[in-house]
Amino acid sequence: MNSFYGKIVTTWLCLIIPLTTLAQQKNMVLVKGGEFIPLYGVDSATVKVNSFFMDVYPVTNAEYQQFVIDHPKWRKSKVLKLYADASYLANWENDTTFSKDFLPDAPITSVSWFAAKSYCEYQGKRLPTVDEWEYAAMADAVSPDARKKEDYNKYILSWYETSNTIKNPIGSTFKNYWGIYDLHGAAWEWTLDFNSVLISGESRKDVDKDSDLFCGSAAVGASDLMNYAAFMRYAFRGSIKAQYSIKNLGFRCIQDVNTNQ
Amino acid sequence: MKNLSVFIIIITLLFSSCGNKKKQEVAETNKELSELSIYNLPSVWTSQNNKETELKDLRGDVLVMVMIYTSCQVACPRLVADMRDIESKLPNEKKQNVKFVLVSIDPETDTPERLKEFAIENEMDSDQWLFLRGSESDTREFAAVLAVNYKKISPMDFSHSNIISVFNQEGELVHQKEGLGVNNGETIQAIIDLAK
Repeated sequence: MNSFYGKIVTTWLCLIIPLTTLAQQKNMVLVKGGEFIPLYGVDSATVKVNSFFMDVYPVTNAEYQQFVIDHPKWRKSKVLKLYADASYLANWENDTTFSKDFLPDAPITSVSWFAAKSYCEYQGKRLPTVDEWEYAAMADAVSPDARKKEDYNKYILSWYETSNTIKNPIGSTFKNYWGIYDLHGAAWEWTLDFNSVLISGESRKDVDKDSDLFCGSAAVGASDLMNYAAFMRYAFRGSIKAQYSIKNLGFRCIQDVNTNQ
Repeated sequence: MKNLSVFIIIITLLFSSCGNKKKQEVAETNKELSELSIYNLPSVWTSQNNKETELKDLRGDVLVMVMIYTSCQVACPRLVADMRDIESKLPNEKKQNVKFVLVSIDPETDTPERLKEFAIENEMDSDQWLFLRGSESDTREFAAVLAVNYKKISPMDFSHSNIISVFNQEGELVHQKEGLGVNNGETIQAIIDLAK
């Protein structure tokens, strides 16, 4: 009897311990932390990013459908206006059915920041910060930082000019250095602190004027393709509000490596 | 049998330490709250008097809100001055239904003690004035609601939008004014119109 239970214990331990110690979930990969200089860093200095697990793919229509089935308060007829504007899930047939025009495994879009944040929290995850997202997304297929490569930048910029990529199934773009798909080439993605981008009303200016919207230093310094592509993303983030639900804006989640929980 | 109990204990421990914690559905109370009300936010804050406060505790008053941090040298003193200016221009009979709320974007530095000192230094220590600090993520969320953007740019300094927001008694955003030292006539009128 004792040896029988002993065996079970050993088997369970072998199965479970590797899974729980990493706290990593299915379809996530490790992005090893490091330092980099983002376009809008802290006083243009190096930013340190800790290691994290990132979803390999953006959250899909089918996954989000399951979420609203499980959590009725995020259905389009139920969601508080404080948390999502009228465009939330705009093209859905009804509360729990997404549009027939979209594939189940295409990225979910038209979701607000509050909804995206809540989705990740229900999975025991969170949205990536701007720095974390940019850090993971500066990789191409072979290197962790491809920002100086012409091909990489051309790829991103040509995507910015392509419409309807949100109709493609996830995984239609390249697999990057970390094993992550679709950071570029599918949908734009929410970040946790998207509202840390200041393109207006900044503390060093006395008055907020539209003429100062794209503050000179940043625009003039953006002298190459690399900065141009990143600049588009930062400008976009700086121009949106948390209630907005935009048809090419989706999200994915990440998880801290050392969750001290 | 000893092994069996060890087995049970281990399994229990493993499962309870599992990282995949699901949040409990927060019970939806206060059904009569407007959908746009900030009183829907479940966050809990600490005041300058070290008192735990939920936003919905403020229901019933007109709120004039701003996000600041106390170690700020440039914009915040002017934002604070703007708040005091608004307060001073309100007729006395209206004031008792108005609360001036200053929410810290630097909760790490702005402890309740620090907020209290700041309140006293700036003669904003009457019941009219409420200073709040919350967790980093609740602060980020609250800023998102107010459309206030901010970023830590050095250990002591933040960039942030300078926005004064006015909420009605039900916590709905009624008026916002962006900028420093701007004409506050409209803001004052909005408050007077709301305060009974």
